[in-house]
This record gives sequence, C-alpha cells and structure tokens, in this order.
Amino acid sequence: MKLSLPARLALGGFTLLTLVFLYLPLAVVLRLSFNPAKSVSWPGFNGYTLDWWRKAWESDGPKDALINSCKVAFVAMVLALILGTLAAMAMARFQFFGKNAVSFLMVLPIALPGIVTGIALQNTFSRTFDLGLFSFRVGFGFHSLVIAHATFCVVVAYNNVIARLRRSSPNLLEASADLGAHGTQTFRYITFPLMRSALLAGGILAFALSFDEIVVTTFTAGSGFETLPQWILANFSRPQNVPLVNVMATFVMVVSIPLAYLAQRLSDSGTD
Amino acid sequence: MGERLDRSAGIAEPGTTQISATGGRASGPSHPVRAINRVFHGRRRLGAGSLLGAPLGWMMFVYVGSLLLLVVSALYRLDPKTQKPTHDLTTDNLVAAFKFWDPDVWPAVWVFFRTAAVAMLVTAICFVIALPVAFFVAKVAPRWIRRGLIVAMLMPLWAGYLVKGYAWRAMVSPAGGRFAAAGQGEGGFLESVFGWSPGFGRTAIVVALVYLWLPFMVLPIYAGLDRLPPSLLDAASDLGAKPFRTFRSVILPMLLPSVAAGSIFTFSLTLGDYIVPQIVNNGQERFMFGTIINATLGAPNQPLAAAYTLWPLVIIILYLVAMKRAGAFDNL
Repeated sequence: MKLSLPARLALGGFTLLTLVFLYLPLAVVLRLSFNPAKSVSWPGFNGYTLDWWRKAWESDGPKDALINSCKVAFVAMVLALILGTLAAMAMARFQFFGKNAVSFLMVLPIALPGIVTGIALQNTFSRTFDLGLFSFRVGFGFHSLVIAHATFCVVVAYNNVIARLRRSSPNLLEASADLGAHGTQTFRYITFPLMRSALLAGGILAFALSFDEIVVTTFTAGSGFETLPQWILANFSRPQNVPLVNVMATFVMVVSIPLAYLAQRLSDSGTD
Repeated sequence: MGERLDRSAGIAEPGTTQISATGGRASGPSHPVRAINRVFHGRRRLGAGSLLGAPLGWMMFVYVGSLLLLVVSALYRLDPKTQKPTHDLTTDNLVAAFKFWDPDVWPAVWVFFRTAAVAMLVTAICFVIALPVAFFVAKVAPRWIRRGLIVAMLMPLWAGYLVKGYAWRAMVSPAGGRFAAAGQGEGGFLESVFGWSPGFGRTAIVVALVYLWLPFMVLPIYAGLDRLPPSLLDAASDLGAKPFRTFRSVILPMLLPSVAAGSIFTFSLTLGDYIVPQIVNNGQERFMFGTIINATLGAPNQPLAAAYTLWPLVIIILYLVAMKRAGAFDNL
C-alpha cells in the first residue's frame, strides 16, 4: 500500500503528538518533585530544590509504606510465578476438557474491575469458615494482601511463560526423550533454560503489577498495614504533604519504567 | 498432538532404561526421582492434573469461591440496628439494585449506565487514537525505530496507576482552586502554560481514563498489523484499491480480533474504575458507578454493595464471552 508523503507525515506527526500526550504528565510530576513551592501549580522558572527528596528520605511514613509494598510484591510475585508457570506448562503441553474455561479463569482477575475483586475478597477474608473440626478466618494484614495480589498476578506470569513455551519447538522435548532423558532431566536441561528469561520477565511484571495496585489493596489491607499507593492516596490531598507525594510518585516512575523496559527485553530475548 | 507424543514415548521407553542403566546418570530403579518419573511416564492425564492442580485449585478456591460468596452475601439481610449483615436470606438487595423502573432505584442504575457509556466513549477514543499510531509504527515508520516506538508507547503503562491519576490532577488543576491556599496557586500545568484547562470534572475524567488505558489498545492493534502480510496490501493496491478502500476492506476486518482484545481492557477497566475519576474531579461528584459501590460499602451496607457489584460483574462476563467469540483471547 503506497501512502502519499503528506499522509505519512500526518501519521508520523500524530504519533509524535500521542507520545507527547503520554509523557508530558509524567514529566510534569518529575519537575514538580524539584519544585521549591508547596503546590501542584506549575512552577514556571522558580528554580529547583532537592529538599523534598531529602525530606522524603528522612520521613518514616513513605519509607515504611515503600518497604511494605516491596514485601507484598515480592511474596506475591513468588507465588504468582509458581502458580502461573505450573498452569502454563499444563496448558502448553496437554489437551484436556475445559481448557478454554481454564484460560478464561486465568484472565478473569485482571479483566474484572478491581472493585469487584476487592469486595469479593474482603467479604471472604472477613468470614469465619466453620469446618466442623476447626474454624478459621483469614483476616486482614500482610497475608491477606499477599493472597489477593498473587491472585491477579498469576496471569502475568502465566502469559509470559505460555508465550515462550508456545514459541519453542515440541521437537526439543521429543529429542530429549529420544536421547534417554526422563521427565526431571528434560525439565532441568531443556524446559527450564527455555523459560528462564520469560520467568524473569513475568516476575518483574508481576512485581510491578502488585507494587502499583490500589483498588484491591484498599479492600484487603485492613487498617494496620499501608502500602505505598495507599500512602499516596491518603496524602495527595493534604497540602503539607503534596511535595512528598510528588517525590514518591516520581520515585515510583523512575524505578518501575526501567524495570518494565528490562522485562520487555527479557521476554523478547526468546524470539529468534 | 497428545496421542502422537504418547506413542513415541511408549516406543522410547525400553531404550531409556537401557541408556541410563549403562550411562549411569540418575542411578538405579530405587532412586526416588526415578520412581517419580516412572509414575508420570506416559500418564498424560496425571501429568496435566498435577501441574494444573495447584493453580486451578487456587483460582477456584480463592477467586471463584470469593465471587460466589459475594453473590451469596448480596442475599443477606442487613440488621438495621447494628448495620451488620445477618444470615437471613432476602431478595431485597437485589430488588434495590436492579429494579430500575423504581424511582428510588433509578439514580444508582442511571450512574451505572452513565459509567458504561463513559467506558464505551473511552474505548472509542482509544481506538481512534491507537489505530493511526499503531499503523504508523507497524507499517510506515522506518524499520529501525519501530521497536523503540512501540516500547515507548508501552512504558507509561508501568509508571503507576495512582501516579498517572495524580499527574493529571497536576495537569488540569484550575487557578485559584484548592491548592491556591497552599501558596502559589496559578493553577496546574495546562492553566499556567496555555492559560486554559478543563479543570476538575467530567472532561478531566474522560481524558485521564483515555490516558490510562490507551497503551492497552495500541499494543494488540500494533501486533495485529505487524502480523498482516504486506503482500496482502500490495495485492489490494494491484487490484486498484485506493488506501482508504484497502483499509476498509482488508485491514479493518483482519484487525477485528485485535481491537476486541484491546477493548477488553479499555472497556472493563473503565467500567470498574473510580479512584482516578475521584482524583481528577476533586471528589466533586459521584460520577462513576464504582464510587457508588464504595460509598454503599462504607455506609455500611455490605449486602447492597455486593448486589451493586453484580452489575459490572454480569456485564463484563457477557462482554468477555462475546470478545472470546470474536477471537480476542488469542490476541491478548
């Protein structure tokens, strides 16, 4: 299809505008974190300051929230990787009844609105289940957040691993069996090395997804546990804390965007 | 494929034993790893079951179980004195959430329809922006910058949901608004640089939602266009089709599954969203249905809130089923 030069230029210009649209708000927050004034007003040429960054580093609230977020995201990531990888291996290798339903089920937690997932899990965690011999209640705190986050992170790990397994040739497994390797050896020497970078990518993305989540988090955290997004949500409307919110928001951006880029590179590295 | 592999595994078995007996790796028959492998050998159903057991069990118990309990909790009667749900079953909550011809119920249902309309609007805007952008990246841009461009489109996805909502607050915040009290209040970026801003409100909500979900639409459309063989486009132009005709009769029909995949995110994420809308309208108005659900939950009226969640739950499951028919799931 031959497009005229003006048409191509128009498309290019439009793409450039879209990129500006995507990055401008982020750049504004970045700039505001160095703004001497205490507002979200655009500073013009008011100069720069590192005070807020120092203050954010020195105050406990945002730092504790950051550490909490990292803990939850790490444990949720490990769980999601295990569950997602197992599911992906089963789905890539076997044909079975209800396979479509399983793939549907995996996508469901990110396709359904966070508020539905959140209220559903909150309702479950607050119940006491009486099993006759003993009764239990999940309750709220670190562990309930981990359970909730792992549930919607499974799909990222699953997607990354299954994409890799689908791309890799089944001949490799047959060759391995022909050469006399049994199941464990095939996994150790063939399947795992094939998936390694996909696992890393899936892990990073699952971590980022958990680290960033706010809706399900507000319903499943309980009162004694605060993650970084919760801290940001609670503080952006307090005028005296706006500068710290700018700093923490910028921090989230400058940490997660390069990580996401790395994940992107890793999940592509399996393509020939 | 399963059966073919089965048979080849069956043939390979005697050879396997022989090689390991002479080769010495993984030792003799009593070795536990060997024993486990023997159990799984050729038993494909057992293999699939043991791999799928944990993830499927988790998703069924934790997730599907919770969704079912949520539906059940919508049937609980609220004790008016303690404001806690009792275990008496009632359909009152369902009536209060779904009897839309009742003037008392209509306001909440109207908010749901309005939210669904916003979700469709956001999906449409994302499509209109994503299509030319994805087309440029996949088919027009020089080959060496394509990867970079698509990565640049996707990276903002990971900047953080709240960060982005907050960023739009900093963009649109009007002059003399709430932040004026905090010191220099010339308004947000748009106000002070361009002298115009939509301010906090409905326009800001739509803009921020488009901003949030746009990459989800760009990626599948880009992938769909990338898979489109160039020979097809050449064939169309050889047959005399002008670019617009090629687009309408060749490209668009083939892109349908990709667009469906993208719309799952733009539509359903918008339908359930309420935090960023509240941030960018400065809490002025309960605009999205999620806000109503959240307020009902905090009332506290958990059973009615649970009944309200059935609206988005049902609509999105129907939507997902429809999109699966359209082939969206192979393009996620």
